[in-house]
Amino acid sequence: MPPKTLYQKIWDDHVVWEEPGKPALIYIDRHLIHEGTSPQAFAGLRSEGRPVRRPDLTFAVMDHSVPTTDRTLPILDNDAKLQFDALEKNCREFGVRLFDMNSRNQGIVHIIGPELGITQPGQTIVCGDSHTSTHGAFGTLAFGIGTSEVEHVLATECLVQARSKTLHILVRGKRPKGVTAKDIILAIIGKIGIGGGTGHVAEYGGEAIRALSMDGRMTVCNMSIEGGARAGMVAPDETTFAYLEGRPFVPRGKVFQEAVERWKQLRTDDRAKFDMTVELEAEKIAPQVTWGTNPGMVTSVTARVPDPHEFQDPNDQKATESALKYMGLKPGTPIVDIPVDRVFIGSCTNSRLDDLRAAAHLVAGKRVAKNIKQALIVPGSRGIKSQAEKEGLHRIFTAAGFEWRDAGCSMCIGMNADVLPPHERSASTSNRNFEGRQGKDSRTHLVSPVMAAAAAIAGHFVDVREFDVAHVE
Amino acid sequence: MQPFTMHTGMVAPLDRVNVDTDQMVPKQFLKALTREGFGRILFYDWRYLPGEKPNPEFVLNFPRYKGASVLLARANFGCGSSREHAPWGVKDYGFRVIIAPSYADIFYNNCFKNGILPATLSEEQIEELFQHTEKEEGYSLTVNLPNQTIADKHGLMFKFEIAPSRKEVLLKGLDDIGTSLQHAAAIDAYEKAHSATATMYDPVDVKYYSNGR
Repeated sequence: MPPKTLYQKIWDDHVVWEEPGKPALIYIDRHLIHEGTSPQAFAGLRSEGRPVRRPDLTFAVMDHSVPTTDRTLPILDNDAKLQFDALEKNCREFGVRLFDMNSRNQGIVHIIGPELGITQPGQTIVCGDSHTSTHGAFGTLAFGIGTSEVEHVLATECLVQARSKTLHILVRGKRPKGVTAKDIILAIIGKIGIGGGTGHVAEYGGEAIRALSMDGRMTVCNMSIEGGARAGMVAPDETTFAYLEGRPFVPRGKVFQEAVERWKQLRTDDRAKFDMTVELEAEKIAPQVTWGTNPGMVTSVTARVPDPHEFQDPNDQKATESALKYMGLKPGTPIVDIPVDRVFIGSCTNSRLDDLRAAAHLVAGKRVAKNIKQALIVPGSRGIKSQAEKEGLHRIFTAAGFEWRDAGCSMCIGMNADVLPPHERSASTSNRNFEGRQGKDSRTHLVSPVMAAAAAIAGHFVDVREFDVAHVE
Repeated sequence: MQPFTMHTGMVAPLDRVNVDTDQMVPKQFLKALTREGFGRILFYDWRYLPGEKPNPEFVLNFPRYKGASVLLARANFGCGSSREHAPWGVKDYGFRVIIAPSYADIFYNNCFKNGILPATLSEEQIEELFQHTEKEEGYSLTVNLPNQTIADKHGLMFKFEIAPSRKEVLLKGLDDIGTSLQHAAAIDAYEKAHSATATMYDPVDVKYYSNGR
């Protein structure tokens, strides 16, 4: 057999139907849905009289618009309420499992899939959300789809897909202290650009990736889409198996051991060819901060806001000019001189235990700076929240002046009340700094959890390597 | 789905790289339950000033581009979020064709589910179209999908590439689900051979409908 990449192995294993010159029909092992992108799909099923083919492989959760404050209070946002009601009704009618906002397992869809062990190596996973790439950290083929495709998967448990090209991203060497998984992926996006991975499925490898915990690998895979790659994956290894063992949906005993033996085959064969390869040296990566209006507009914390004239391409010059105007930044400003108004630690990128532990370690015994109007900690799931509380992290955060919230997408997308006000500047651990993403006219700087925590304490960006930092993912 | 064969219409230029789907349909409009009405809010934050007053500086509000149905765009159009609300908005606004040098994968895919043709031309060809659109008021293009050509009335003619299967979907206005269900026997056979639940332990301690109220 010719050598295959991990992507090719999973792909070949899921082809249901294929004819030459046409996209294939591939099987979907797990379908995750949420309130935001599913109502129209269920409406479509209903109008055609179609059932959900595999409700047992479909998992629903409320995350995008849920309040992160007291959930015993009525939902004031009527449109959000209608979407929650619709999801609940659709799940009941079609027999789909739902983690509603009062479930103790509720959380961001890409957090709870892995946390509950719904996500497993070798699977295909889709969701009407572009950050589905997160699940690739387990050696799954996972990607975001549109609502029409959500309907297609509900009806057929399959998806019409053309094979992607493959992109190998190697991060060599050891990651310095204070440099996290977030900095690695931001540095990758800075290097390849936000369209660099378009048409490709990325596989991450190299010593620095292997050394990451599952939480860290999820952060990396999560932002694959910000580099244009619909899916990103890491071959499963002992770290993966140890993470999965004992999680609610993961089989026990002998079945687990047999599964692990099969999962060990999920790696790219020696001599398998990728369509494109990108290499980075982990030692050279510094903590990253975005300065513009997309995740590729990123630089090191030690650098300065760029000048539009530094760019060759007139389109890039224009984009930089427009981004700096939107962000209210002057070329040449040192990144560490940029003051921050609000801090958000959360989102499917960085709201897992490793993230919260590292941020708590940094802020312990310190106080949020006076100029910070709000500092939010939003755990990715209620499971994470509960574990963090057992470890006393919530007390560290609240003592330092942070707000400790309930689980959801929150200020990453601002669909609930957690919105960044106009012209205010955030240090945010989320994944997108697009115009208006966190709130109309708001200004987002993407950073790692420890960089966000340090900015909260200092009131402006600081090089976290100058702080006492735990070794974080 | 509405089939697409040929379209002639006025061109509106959106001279910006990396236009993301958050700009097309901002988050506050993602709480809808239907696919309708997204045209009015397309490019909301760029298009409107406070109070929903049209922003005179935004290109689609220029009187000369009123009624445009071909959107001329720059590289990596439609990046970011997978929200299909973006192409719903593009279509509902009245665009049938987008012409750009490149698209983000999910957005590109979503266009075909909604009868929008996302045509791809080279950077140089796109630049030329931007110049024509700027110079000539009411500049319009005829997009012919069967022949894969984009032409103006002055003799300009560009060929564009599109995967044959994608082309067929648009030409016939195919319903993907109906087509896939023709392979129901293959899906049954696949499910028999590969149990997707083989490694799914179904935990009794996980609560599904934990309605605390």
